[in-house]
Amino acid sequence: MSNLQATPDTVLSAQGLVMRFGGITATNDVTLHLRKGARHALIGPNGAGKTTLINLLTGVLQPTAGSIVLDGQDITHLAPHQRVRRGMVRTFQINQLFDSLTPLETLTMVVSQHRGLGGSWWQPLGARAEVNQRCQALLAQFHLSEVQRQPTRVLAYGKRRLLEIAIALACEPRVLLLDEPVAGVPAGEREELLQTVAALPADVSILLIEHDMDLVFSFARRMTVLVNGAVLTEGDPDQIAVDPQVKAVYLGQEGSDHG
Amino acid sequence: MNVAGRWRWWELLLWALAFAAPFGLAGHALIINEIAIVALFALSLDLILGYTGIVSLGHAAFFGMGAYSAALFAKLVMPDPLVGLAVGIAAATALGAVCSVTILRGTDLTRLMVTLGVGLILMELANKLDWLTGGADGLQGVVMGPLLGRFAFDLSGQVAAVYSVTVLLVLFVLARRLVQSPFGATLKAIRDNRLRAMAIGIPVGQRLVVVYTVAAGAAGAAGALLAQTTGFASLDLFEFHRSADVMLVLVIGGVGWLYGGIAGAVVFKLMQDALSSITPQYWTFWIGLFLVVLVSVGRERLVRPWTWWRP
Repeated sequence: MSNLQATPDTVLSAQGLVMRFGGITATNDVTLHLRKGARHALIGPNGAGKTTLINLLTGVLQPTAGSIVLDGQDITHLAPHQRVRRGMVRTFQINQLFDSLTPLETLTMVVSQHRGLGGSWWQPLGARAEVNQRCQALLAQFHLSEVQRQPTRVLAYGKRRLLEIAIALACEPRVLLLDEPVAGVPAGEREELLQTVAALPADVSILLIEHDMDLVFSFARRMTVLVNGAVLTEGDPDQIAVDPQVKAVYLGQEGSDHG
Repeated sequence: MNVAGRWRWWELLLWALAFAAPFGLAGHALIINEIAIVALFALSLDLILGYTGIVSLGHAAFFGMGAYSAALFAKLVMPDPLVGLAVGIAAATALGAVCSVTILRGTDLTRLMVTLGVGLILMELANKLDWLTGGADGLQGVVMGPLLGRFAFDLSGQVAAVYSVTVLLVLFVLARRLVQSPFGATLKAIRDNRLRAMAIGIPVGQRLVVVYTVAAGAAGAAGALLAQTTGFASLDLFEFHRSADVMLVLVIGGVGWLYGGIAGAVVFKLMQDALSSITPQYWTFWIGLFLVVLVSVGRERLVRPWTWWRP
């Protein structure tokens, strides 16, 4: 189990995270290490504590015990926006977009904010050439160039899903938490999204929370199985696929659904 | 994106008309002055309501603060209008900074209540501190010096109207810069989706404090203009109906659009003026009816009569 230890190229270390809500332990001694460029999937049945873990990592919740280290710095007690500045960025299972802005305005705003221009009020938005270049690159990468001047509220669901991830990537994350990126995307728009997820920058460490096993096994090179708030096991996809415990608890449960 | 910062022809025309009006319609300079002041007050509310999504029923607190500060300064220290205006803005800005902590937490409903409460507290303070403010009788004996040392405020209100329109234009240009900037975009992001705004690293609390403080300062400028151009400040400036009226003005003109406050102020003041001369006691009935029609039909349709009978 050497991979459970932090190594020199570890970007994110969550060590012994515990979260109790009253008498309920939602997260129970979870330890997780992400290396630079990781493609790590977090799976587990409903109620396993995946959402709580995301909230702990992003700073929405303060853990009862344990620590979170990003790039060698302890971020356990930092506010969410301070963690974003250090490179811990998430996407949401349910789209969280800025409906009255266009994709172009949205990304220009995010890139400006990330480059320390968020407080500047004299220059118009989009006055900086390097910001605009970055935005056009992002729009092209996420297949949003043609719709960049339409209000976000009128975009098709697949485009909205792409924008959801584009916003996170515009924050130049070191660690990207992808929360069910293909959830609810209709079949016709799915391929575009899957390709885009597969083509995310190699140096970004990605933690993927996903129920879609096709995506998980095609994407992840490392997997953690969470059950009842605790880590059941961690391993390569090949190991997880044949792990009898996982089959019993997680895949077995799915199997039983089919009768 | 750069085109957003450019002035359109109709904007330049509108401002040219605004400056020509006090001379062309010399008999109506007083109402032009009032319209400019209400427009500025509505503009300041739009920064928090329209652009940031913060509801407030107590915006008159800053209006009244600016008015009383400017009036007291003229009475007790010196009568120069521009210095007095600066004092009014500074006092309202300081009050806004203090009050901004009250709008950081809670929901829209709690914000309505808290802002309403702050307005009531200030009105009662102005009432109780009667040795300073004149209490219920209002602050009398405010004599303003001439503008720039040359233009004395006249009875017809021409100087006052030009003064108010100028201050409105200056603050409008600043507000326009602000809402079109990256800072303004982060405000719209907070309005649209506060959860995501936090998740992309926008310091939401800090942004709210800044915009609330700036809006308070602009409201204070409007209040100062009213006190200076009328030479009077009364408890009425803090009244709840002022906070409610300015929200109506903004609803009439359109929120989240800087000309909304101006359009609303023109329509509201002209209606008030016309209706109250026809029916002094019942003009609010007609304003109420107008609002109901406006909201039911929708502003877009109401200003396009040719679409009324389309399905």
